[in-house]
Amino acid sequence: MNLLLILPIAIPLTAATIGLLFRKSPMVQRASGVIGMAALLVSVIYLSWQTYTDGIQVIQLGDWAAPFGITLVMDLLSAAMLIITAIMGLVVSIYSLYDIDRVKEQYHYYPLLHILLIGINGSFLTGDLFNLYVWFEVMLISSFILLALGNRKTQLQGAVKYVIINLVSSLVFLFGVAMVYGMTGTLNMADLAVKIAEVENTGLVTAVSMIFIVSFGIKAAIFPLFFWLPASYHTPPVAVSAIFGGLLTKVGVYALIRVFTLIFTHDIGYTHTILLWVSGFTMVCGVLGAAAQMEFRKVLSFHIVSQIGYMIMGLAFNTKLGIMGAIFYIIHNILAKSNLFLISGIAQRLTGTFELKQLGGLYRQYPWLAVLFLISAFALAGFPPLSGFWAKLSLVKAGLQIEQYVITGVAILVGLLTLFSMVKIWAYAFWMPMEEENKSEQFGKMKLMGAGGLNLLVTPVIILAAIIIIVGLFAEPFLSFCMLAAEQLLNPEIYIESVLGES
Amino acid sequence: METLLAIIGGALFAAGIYMVLRRNLIKAVIGIILISNAVNVLFFNLGRLTKANPPLIWEGNTLPVSPFANPLPQALVLTAIVIGFGLLAFALVLAYRSYKELGTVDLDDMKMDPVEVSAEMRAEEEQVNQ
Repeated sequence: MNLLLILPIAIPLTAATIGLLFRKSPMVQRASGVIGMAALLVSVIYLSWQTYTDGIQVIQLGDWAAPFGITLVMDLLSAAMLIITAIMGLVVSIYSLYDIDRVKEQYHYYPLLHILLIGINGSFLTGDLFNLYVWFEVMLISSFILLALGNRKTQLQGAVKYVIINLVSSLVFLFGVAMVYGMTGTLNMADLAVKIAEVENTGLVTAVSMIFIVSFGIKAAIFPLFFWLPASYHTPPVAVSAIFGGLLTKVGVYALIRVFTLIFTHDIGYTHTILLWVSGFTMVCGVLGAAAQMEFRKVLSFHIVSQIGYMIMGLAFNTKLGIMGAIFYIIHNILAKSNLFLISGIAQRLTGTFELKQLGGLYRQYPWLAVLFLISAFALAGFPPLSGFWAKLSLVKAGLQIEQYVITGVAILVGLLTLFSMVKIWAYAFWMPMEEENKSEQFGKMKLMGAGGLNLLVTPVIILAAIIIIVGLFAEPFLSFCMLAAEQLLNPEIYIESVLGES
Repeated sequence: METLLAIIGGALFAAGIYMVLRRNLIKAVIGIILISNAVNVLFFNLGRLTKANPPLIWEGNTLPVSPFANPLPQALVLTAIVIGFGLLAFALVLAYRSYKELGTVDLDDMKMDPVEVSAEMRAEEEQVNQ
């Protein structure tokens, strides 16, 4: 019993409530937005430390013993996800101080951001399948509003596609939950892991696992269910794109990892082979889609899809090294991808456009921005000694270990193509001279740092770039943490015992 | 009764998927409503339909009188209905807003050019700066 486990949900809830109460005062909204995120980060670091030293933390809400009540569980995977979510929340809320205009602030931008984090944190913490559905909906409704906030025409077009496909995905998930409940009579994940093994009709269990792949797959944007993502993620304000691109798809990946290591492990030969094929296609489709795009954020959106493939591949290997690679990849990818989105926003502020063909000359005018871009882009492509290198290395090693040569080859090839897209952005936006006709007023005059500069936009980017370098240079403790998390996932008995108690 | 509900659920699902696949945004929203109800009916059905006592504990007892009905599917379906209602309200407002702003509910007409995003954001910035 650890009562503090509700903090990752309670802190954003408090911050959101304060923001809503003081809707007339932008200062209070901003302060509650940023301070709330900082408090959240402190609390999850403390909780993660407890999880690391004392083992899996559990709370039975309302003191209803599992499997009857709702359980919140924090294992090392949840801990890693929560820390990275809180870091992202903090840097994005700082970035928003400049990026989000007064009108959007008045329409509760900061409370919505916090409600989004409630949903995400809840999804990472819950140990109950129906509760997971509820957290997904909390996350969805706030993401809907954040996506449409501002009411620009392109935003509405993107939001329509996003809303419809995500509603279908939630309903499919709910149907899957219903099937699981019908088969086993329980919704507690730890209890399910025990009871689903007793179901005689294994064909039905496999069918239900496919329902979960479809539902979480839509959320994680895997092949062939990813088309909504590049159609919507380049439309909202940059701060919103960054947090969506970083976190939302990874919640889907987290859910896939959770159910396919804990619950649906009865027929690994079948389900995980499907995941392996899907991961290969996801990687290739995403990276090829990115190669065809000429808009900064659209290139990045397609890359989200391609990177999801790597994580699913690690899950599909179902070995300790594979899952460790997948977890490390999630952490690295959230950092690098969100940072690239944030940089695209700075480029847009300086030049007035996201179009690669109109961008140019950034390297000459703003060499430090170019350096920051290179750090994140090389991390994404997997250059040593940045974080992406260790992520890709562990996945490739895991693939070679179980002799899956084809998919490993595909993964390496996709890494190369990722570099191609990053070089494309580099060449068009940073290297090529900007044509005189496209030059905006502020280009060259606006400073990155210092008085009248874009301090609030650049600071978060520097923080994230520093974390990427630290994770890259001192990879060992992070890798061994991910290894411990993978060990926990592959030994579900620990999880089950922590939730249900000694049986 | 179970068979009947299963058939109804299946039919609702089929109709809903057909509607979601239409190009008209309003029809797609109606499709979501149908699928949402189909899932609720199926959830109810999968929680087993029983003719039994209400799950209430009478005075002086510690357990409800056996056989008693399972109240959990009802609670879950109720939660799902409430959540579905909220999301649907948002989807309808979004459809209305899109119609007002874009002048169409045909999803085929909602093919934006990425260039427009940059142009719109620039216009918005200028508006804010003024």
